[in-house]
Formats: sequence, structure tokens, C-alpha cells
Amino acid sequence: MTAALLHFLTGLLATCRDILPIAVIIIGFQVLIIRKPMAHPKKMLIGFVCVLLGVAFFLEGLEMALFPLGKLMAKQLTTPEFLGIANLQQATWQSYFWIYIFAASIGFATTFAEPSLLAVALKAEQISGGTIHAFGLRCAVSIGVAFGIALGAFRIVTGFELYYFIIVGYIIVIIQTAFAPKIIIGLAYDSGGVTTSTVTVPLVTALGLGLAQAIPGRNPLIDGFGLIAFASLFPIITVLGYAQIAQWLTRRNRSSKL
Amino acid sequence: MLKHGFIKQLISSFLSLLPILAVVLVFQVLIIQQPIADVTGMIVGVLLVILGLTLFVYGLEQSLFPVGESMAYAFARKGSVFWLLLFAFCLGFGTTVAEPALIAVADEAAMVTSKSHLIAQTDAARSQYALGLRITVALSVGFAILVGVLRIIRGWSLYYLIICGYCAVVIMTPFAPAEIIGIAYDSGGVTTSTITVPLVTALGVGLASAIKGRNPMLDGFGLIAFASLTPMVFVMAYGMIW
Repeated sequence: MTAALLHFLTGLLATCRDILPIAVIIIGFQVLIIRKPMAHPKKMLIGFVCVLLGVAFFLEGLEMALFPLGKLMAKQLTTPEFLGIANLQQATWQSYFWIYIFAASIGFATTFAEPSLLAVALKAEQISGGTIHAFGLRCAVSIGVAFGIALGAFRIVTGFELYYFIIVGYIIVIIQTAFAPKIIIGLAYDSGGVTTSTVTVPLVTALGLGLAQAIPGRNPLIDGFGLIAFASLFPIITVLGYAQIAQWLTRRNRSSKL
Repeated sequence: MLKHGFIKQLISSFLSLLPILAVVLVFQVLIIQQPIADVTGMIVGVLLVILGLTLFVYGLEQSLFPVGESMAYAFARKGSVFWLLLFAFCLGFGTTVAEPALIAVADEAAMVTSKSHLIAQTDAARSQYALGLRITVALSVGFAILVGVLRIIRGWSLYYLIICGYCAVVIMTPFAPAEIIGIAYDSGGVTTSTITVPLVTALGVGLASAIKGRNPMLDGFGLIAFASLTPMVFVMAYGMIW
């Protein structure tokens, strides 16, 4: 009990150090440059204490639940008994298809439920004058993340170089950007970063590391990372693609009406 | 009022965790069909995550967000370019250092690196490596926001800057040690979550609506894209020097 408490207090202390810079920056700019006193000092203080406790609890919970869960899933889905083969050396990349389905499901479900994505999608619908539908945009981003994480899992299983995938992805993005409607470009680029939320990132990282540990011949350090990179790249491609299709459909409808 | 906001946040934290739990549960019950080893630990951990996330976001909404957002708007509307750029850099740096997902991933990266005997297998070496990684990422996000703000002021095209960034990533990758590449690529997506996105978006949209001839939709977005691009370059550089 005392050991657990001590562990928690050390975590809390480390959190203080992490939160301090942003607090100093905000308060420093407020007092020195804007030169106005804080509006609600008491509310601020309560807020800061909440942030500190929140991060400490969150990190503790990650250690206890999300990291082990991601690694456990990776381990269970790659045991020879589950794959129905004698040993892992015989496994081909097709043997691991449940891994790809799991990766895609996690990617789709977490992204579709992401509140910040919903907010961005509604704003985009409003600004684009109805050419872009909020629901369609959310589907596009979710499919992008799902496909990205599944492809990332496939890469870990096969051990292909991360490098090539990312370069090909970039080339596709650059070509698409030249043809996509201008108004969507900033949004599409941002959607890559927005979708990977605080809860999804640790779980997906743990999944990748667990996978790289379980599959023979893979090094967690070289092969285990990269899932998040895929999850941030593919939404850009699908959102740009969606915008192009939406624009094309609107144009066709208009010309058929005329 | 205070309780009401807190409970609402508690529900929304639960909802953001729900899809993960649902997918994991479906896989466990229908496909794997094996008992989970440490069920109580998992449940306690999930409850801690929900509670922690709730307190975290609730606290941010009480303290940092209102001040940070109004300040972002204030700096965007008046104030000299120098202070605006300094503020942009500090905002990017500060929010990224405090980002919980980055803390978790940096610790994990340090753990894996020390297991591969690239750094000493001591707690001190690990925490030093993790801290170095986080500061590198935070510096890069600060730099990204600075360049992004400069772009909005000057009206540079987002497209060219992104392509330049991509080229830098592509050119640096062959020279970076293989061990850092995965971590570097991932750090781009990790940096932009709970704290960074709302504050940085407020800065971008505020700035684009304050400057004449800028469209918030065209110019306001794009800061996050920078913030997910530069960490790759900076972390690879960190890996080369280290």
C-alpha cells in the first residue's frame, strides 16, 4: 500500500514538472505582456489541481490497463494455438488476418467516436456550403485511420521498411493536393493529426510493440513503432479523395440539371 | 454548475473509451475465447483512465483554455509580430511538453530502447532519454507553430511548406539510425491531442479572422499539420546526434 502510494506521489511530482511550463507561459504572458490581472484566480487554481491529478491518474491507469491490454491482444492473437499452426515459423502473413481486422476495428471505432472530429466535420459542412457532408467526412477519416492501422500491422508482420510506405503515401498526398478543391486542403492535412486521440495513441502503440515482440524475427525498436504514423497519414488521403468525389458529384448533378 | 460540468465530462470521457472497450470485448468473447489474466487490475486501470481524463479536461476547461484562447485571440488581433511569434513558439512548446499521450509514448520508447541495449538499463538513463525525446518534440512543435503563424501573416501557400517538410523527412530518413525512424514517424501523430489542438486551433482561426484578406477555412487550418510534420524531422536529428 505504502509502495503504491509512494509510486503515485512520484508520478504526481513528475506531472507537476510537466504541467509547469504551460502554466508559466500562460501566466507569464498574461501578467507581463497583456498586463491584466487574472480574472478568476481561485477557479484557475482549482483547474490546475484538477489537471495535475488528472494526468497522474491517467498515466497510472494507462500503465495498469491500456498498455497491458494492447500487448495482451497482440499476444493472444498471435499464439500458435490461436492461429491453428504448430509453431510461429510456419506462419505466413495471411495467418494473422485477425490482427488486421482488430487493428482496423480499433481505428474505425475510436475515430468515428472522436468528439473533436465531429466538431471539425460540422464546421467543414457549414463552410463548404453543403458540398461536404459531416457524416461523409467522418466516414472518410475513420476509414483512413482503420486502413492505416491495418496496413501498419501488416507491415510489422511482414517486416517491410516503414520508409517506403511513408514515401509512397506522401507522393499520393502531394499528387492529390494538386487536384483537390483548395478549401479542403488545410482541413485534410489537419485531420491526420487530430484523429489520434489521447486514449487511442497508447493502445495502438502497445499493440504495435506487442506485435513486434510476438512475431519471430521482428525487433520492437525498429518494427514496433509506426502505427501512429500510418494512422495520421491515411486520413489525409481519404479526406482529399472524399473532397474530390464530392466535388465531382456536385458538378455532375449541376450539369445534368442544366 | 461545477458538478454538472464535471459529470458531463465524466460521461464524455467514458464515451471516448467505449469504442476501445467494445472492440476489445467483442474480440475477447467471440474470437479469442480465453480468460483475461488480471481482470481486476484492468478494471481499476480503466476506471483510473476515465477519472484521470475527466479531471484533466475539466481542469483545462476551468483554467488554461479560457485564458489561453482569449490570449491567442488578443495576440492575433493586436500586438507586435515579435510578441506574437514568441507567444506562438511558447504555446507550441508548453502544450506539447504537458501532453499526456506523449509522456506515455516517450516512456515506452525509452523502455524499448534500453532493452535493446542502446542506452543503459537504469531508471536514470531511461528517464533522461524520455525527457530528451519530449523536449525535442516540444521544440519542434514550437517551431512548427511559429512557422505556421508566420505563414498566416505572410500568406504563404500551405502546400509548398508541407511539400518542403515532406522532402526534409524523405531526405533525412536514410541518414537517421534505423532505431529512431519508427519513433520519429510516430511522434508526429502523438503530439497533437488534448491540450495542443484546441489552443493552437484558436490561435490559427483567431489570426486568420483578424488579418484582412485571410480566410479562416483556408488559412486557419494547417497549423496542426505543421505540428505533426516537424517532430519527424527534429526527432530524426535527435537520433543522429545522440
